[in-house]
Amino acid sequence: MPTTVPAYGKEAAERLASMADVTADDRALRRFLHGLPGVDAVGLQARAATLGTRSIKTTAKAYAIDLAISMIDLTTLEGADTPGKVRSLCAKGINPDPTDRTVPQVAAICVYGDMVATAKEALKGGGSGIHVAAVATAFPSGRAALPVKLADTRDAVAAGADEIDMVIDRGAFLSGRYLEVFEEIRQVKEACVREDGTAAHLKVIFETGELQTYDNVRRASWLAMLAGADFIKTSTGKVAVNATPPVTLVLLEAVRDFRAAVGVQVGVKPAGGIRTSKDAIKYLVMVNETLGGEWLSPDWFRFGASSLLNDLLMQRQKLSTGRYSGPDYVTVD
Amino acid sequence: MPVFEYAPAPESRAVVDIAPSYGLFIDGEFGEAGDGKVFKTLSPSSEEVLSEVAQAGAEDVDRAVKAARKAFTAWSALPGSERAKYLFRIARIIQERSRELAVLESLDNGKPIRESRDTDLPLVAAHFFYYAGWADKLAYAVRGRSPLNGTSGTDPKPLGVAGQIIPWNFPLLMLAWKIAPALATGNTVVLKPAETTPLSALFFADICRQAGLPKGVVNIITGDGSTGAELVAHPGIDKVAFTGSTEVGKAIARTVAGTKKKVTLELGGKAANIVFDDAPLDQAVEGIIGGIFFNQGHVCCAGSRLLVQESVQEELLDALKRRMGTLRLGDPLDKNTDIGAINSAEQLARIRALADAGEAEGAERWAPACELPTSGYWFAPTLFTGVTQAHRIAREEIFGPVLSVLTFRTPEEAVAKANNTPYGLSAGIWTEKGSRILWMANKLRAGIVWSNTFNKFDPASPFGGYKESGYGREGGRHGLEAYLDV
Repeated sequence: MPTTVPAYGKEAAERLASMADVTADDRALRRFLHGLPGVDAVGLQARAATLGTRSIKTTAKAYAIDLAISMIDLTTLEGADTPGKVRSLCAKGINPDPTDRTVPQVAAICVYGDMVATAKEALKGGGSGIHVAAVATAFPSGRAALPVKLADTRDAVAAGADEIDMVIDRGAFLSGRYLEVFEEIRQVKEACVREDGTAAHLKVIFETGELQTYDNVRRASWLAMLAGADFIKTSTGKVAVNATPPVTLVLLEAVRDFRAAVGVQVGVKPAGGIRTSKDAIKYLVMVNETLGGEWLSPDWFRFGASSLLNDLLMQRQKLSTGRYSGPDYVTVD
Repeated sequence: MPVFEYAPAPESRAVVDIAPSYGLFIDGEFGEAGDGKVFKTLSPSSEEVLSEVAQAGAEDVDRAVKAARKAFTAWSALPGSERAKYLFRIARIIQERSRELAVLESLDNGKPIRESRDTDLPLVAAHFFYYAGWADKLAYAVRGRSPLNGTSGTDPKPLGVAGQIIPWNFPLLMLAWKIAPALATGNTVVLKPAETTPLSALFFADICRQAGLPKGVVNIITGDGSTGAELVAHPGIDKVAFTGSTEVGKAIARTVAGTKKKVTLELGGKAANIVFDDAPLDQAVEGIIGGIFFNQGHVCCAGSRLLVQESVQEELLDALKRRMGTLRLGDPLDKNTDIGAINSAEQLARIRALADAGEAEGAERWAPACELPTSGYWFAPTLFTGVTQAHRIAREEIFGPVLSVLTFRTPEEAVAKANNTPYGLSAGIWTEKGSRILWMANKLRAGIVWSNTFNKFDPASPFGGYKESGYGREGGRHGLEAYLDV
């Protein structure tokens, strides 16, 4: 079982340790994961669709828009990223709408590991408290040797990352080597520990588009939570199918059941493809009606997105002025 | 902890124009009842009077049946493809006016707009479309007369005038179930909607005029049980189609016994929703919720008896209670409302009486914290645990948002308990094991068996019951046979 990670809290670590028998060996872990209740795809999709029909208007919409903004991990993950691009993203994260200072700031800026120092510095300038999240472990494919992945993680943490977004080895997962995936997450979690004993928050990305079945998504969720994930996240944003409402619903149900069983609360982050306010609000409704208010905070729910923010800002302007503005009334990045 | 409160999102009432009074629709014209009697129809969510409608007496029933008889000659002589044109036209008008009809239905019935909008109206249009498609293919639809097997085949003949009586739980949908196959097969109809929900049928009369349907093919007479009794007993009708309570169904069967009239009865139910320990639990919870709280439980095929395997009872009940706590009860016209009003004061009294009987007989009652509006008829979603086969709430149809939970240990026991009821309309099975679903479906004495879902309707799928749930089938090709001389 994992050595106690300080950021986790002693009590939570003890509770998690009480599950040690299910991760004792590959067979025990497989038996446990395959013993989880199945997911009926038709029923799941129907439920997600129903939650998408809630009518969120006026005060509820204003509340949801501000909440969604405060939950954004504003992201740039391009090969062409430069310090300039990262700095301007950070500035936008601190002050999303230059014409309206009442807009909340985003939760985090999400960048590649080599941009962490730049982002950290740019954000300090604003005195913002916005976190820096770094993708690590050979993101987005995860195809590298474990020592490389761990070095990638340590590097980002050393550069000042507050949060690490790791990808799991989908190949190992799909071929049933669950314990290997478990071990990898556990070791990355240890690599998140800083010199002073505190630790960066660990988000575990499943790349649900590659896991294909909802049963796999539920198993991956439990696997990551047992290994100590602070957040579970759907996707990298780099494949054809990223976050979808049904997949996110499976994650939400998993964190709910995990807290009921183990007593540890884990966060959820859908990422990729969430571009409109309407979509974001549907996700918030899903959180609200599946998990309730306890998860309706940036501490427990995040959106991994780059273009969503501008749509939220335009909707916010519409609510306050009664008129639609346009793309030139919000900043490009 | 933050609270995400949904602001009210009411659908506009302005889309529907309800007249202060309505007459009877006979031979293509609206007119007063012979003796001038009227009664009021209320909105169950506010007790506001919506309109006054005519109470048809014996003389009016006679006029309606005669009008239908007169129209029958020409209507039944039309080629099927011509009848289909009218049905397609009606279906399209229903789609065009669906928002108006959904609001009307929610006002008159008390059901949430998201159900009338997303379930009722699409299904109403689908039934007309479906049967419109069969109108010119009747020779292919019915047993024993297939031109495909080398014989020439002839079109089966319509029965004549159909007297149809429908309930208040799905006023417009039940109208569609009755009228669409009757017209497709060449029959003419006299339809009596329920006393508490007559308005959508009267709007449908207007749709018939809009579609240019020949006079007398569809006649709508409003009234209470006495009007229905007159219609059933009238010697001029050839077929009785009834959906409603078992008690009334038995009376109808007695009335028509020994006459030439053909009958289909779609009556009560006390469906078992059976959850095994390997079920997809989250989806099973949704299915249980949809099975019993859909349409305030005013569903004859509602999954009102939850049979849960003892080994998952605790887990499932926790999840069910948690989910029940998120149901939103209130204004039926609010788009976010999940549970609307009980249809009438009488029905509310019956639900209360049966729920009280459940408590008195020792079952444990639970309902989520739920504020009920001060006017109108309301009943909080309610759960009874510790129910046994011997309790009244496990045997009698409550027709309200009340779920009784029983347990079982083995598949055999589940089948035995599910079948141990005077009814047999529907059942649900929740398990990840496909072989068990097939095994159970063959053993369950129910007209419909849903697996890993519940309360799903489709015009192509026949619907009907075993035992005291009635006889005959509606929907699908089977539904045509009930209106044909085969």
